[in-house]
Amino acid sequence: MSASNCLVTNDWICGEYLRTRSQELTDAVLQHAGITAVSVLIGLAVAFPLALLVRARPRLAGPVLGLTTLLYTIPSLAMFSLLLPFFGLSAALVVTGLVLYSLTILVRNILAGLEAVPAETREAARGMGYGSGRLLWEVELPLALPALMAGIRMATVSTIALTTVGAIVGRGGLGNLIEDALPTFFKAQVLAASVLCVLLAVSADLLLLGLQRLLTPWTRIRTAAGGA
Amino acid sequence: MGIVTDAWSWLTTGANWAGDGGVWHRLGEHVYVSGLALLLACAVALPLGLGLGHLGRGGTVAVNVSNAGRAIPVFAVLALFMVSPLRNAGYVPTVIALVLFAVPPLLTNAYVGMREVDRAVVEAARGMGMSGGQLFLKVELPLARPLVMTGLRSAAVQVVATATIAAMVGQGGLGRIITAGFNTYNTPQVVAGALLVALLALLVEAVLVGADRLLGRRA
Repeated sequence: MSASNCLVTNDWICGEYLRTRSQELTDAVLQHAGITAVSVLIGLAVAFPLALLVRARPRLAGPVLGLTTLLYTIPSLAMFSLLLPFFGLSAALVVTGLVLYSLTILVRNILAGLEAVPAETREAARGMGYGSGRLLWEVELPLALPALMAGIRMATVSTIALTTVGAIVGRGGLGNLIEDALPTFFKAQVLAASVLCVLLAVSADLLLLGLQRLLTPWTRIRTAAGGA
Repeated sequence: MGIVTDAWSWLTTGANWAGDGGVWHRLGEHVYVSGLALLLACAVALPLGLGLGHLGRGGTVAVNVSNAGRAIPVFAVLALFMVSPLRNAGYVPTVIALVLFAVPPLLTNAYVGMREVDRAVVEAARGMGMSGGQLFLKVELPLARPLVMTGLRSAAVQVVATATIAAMVGQGGLGRIITAGFNTYNTPQVVAGALLVALLALLVEAVLVGADRLLGRRA
């Protein structure tokens, strides 16, 4: 009896809530993580060709970067609402909105990474007979990886925060739980969902940092040598 | 494109602009709350960022605070305020949340702007006998202006955008037009509200870019 008292007294922290609603919480976290992952992956699939296009045609840099920055200034609630006539109340609506936001960060970072590749490195690879495709995959991309990963991390973290607003159309993952709890001032649920949201962002960031270290072993050797 | 014409006719209907839930009232709330939050955030972040930049201390803290800001969901913060006793304090929860989101870009840009002033210029000014205060006002501040203004712009746009989310927890502002439209399945109203908010964000951006250009010409 005393265990469920915290639900009655509406405490901020309530073990009974976590125990009885663990399924609901897990579902929300999974939806949240799923929407974020799909959004960032699609964002990457769109941003990469865009960055390559801008690099090949520098004249397009102004319009492309301007447009993606413009998208970023549209408030998330407005963005999701503007997409409503096209997608209805669906997860596709939230994902599309989040993809549009992620483009600002991703295009800029991919471009910055590619532009930081030293010209002599590029020339050396060309001299060794690398075609432009092989040059991109085997030389430029690995060298651009740190900047690219920094962009993906930033985009992922801000996407996790923005996904909560998807609650307006019922596809906000943890945001749904927060919205459901508001009318009854259900503190334990608001706090638990908020904390889980921040934890999800932190774990995603650490996971991506680990992936980056795995993908770029040479940077670690260099820092280790530099530190010694 | 029936929805666009429907949204247009919603916007051109005078009755939707008048009264307590009308566009003018919501716009007033939105501008009031955003403006107040931005002023408070500037009052906190600018002296701190510029001061730390002048002294050359605390940079990592400023930058880390800014990065952490991105990870915090606005909606969650507002919701936490709304289930706490603060919910009876009128605009206070919204203003606090907005200040929290405006401080990081202001702080980082002010700090980085001050640090990126050419050291040789600073040394020359010092060599000419300028005091710390003179150096700050006449050399560092004018040279740091572009970055400080960039921070102000992103803070302002962020504040206007975040103020919209206040509607999701039942507070005022233009977001209310959107959420009210959602609740009554009035899609034209939802689209009209979204257009109004997007236009306001772009207008704020444009005004600040204009102000920056004017300041730049005078300097």
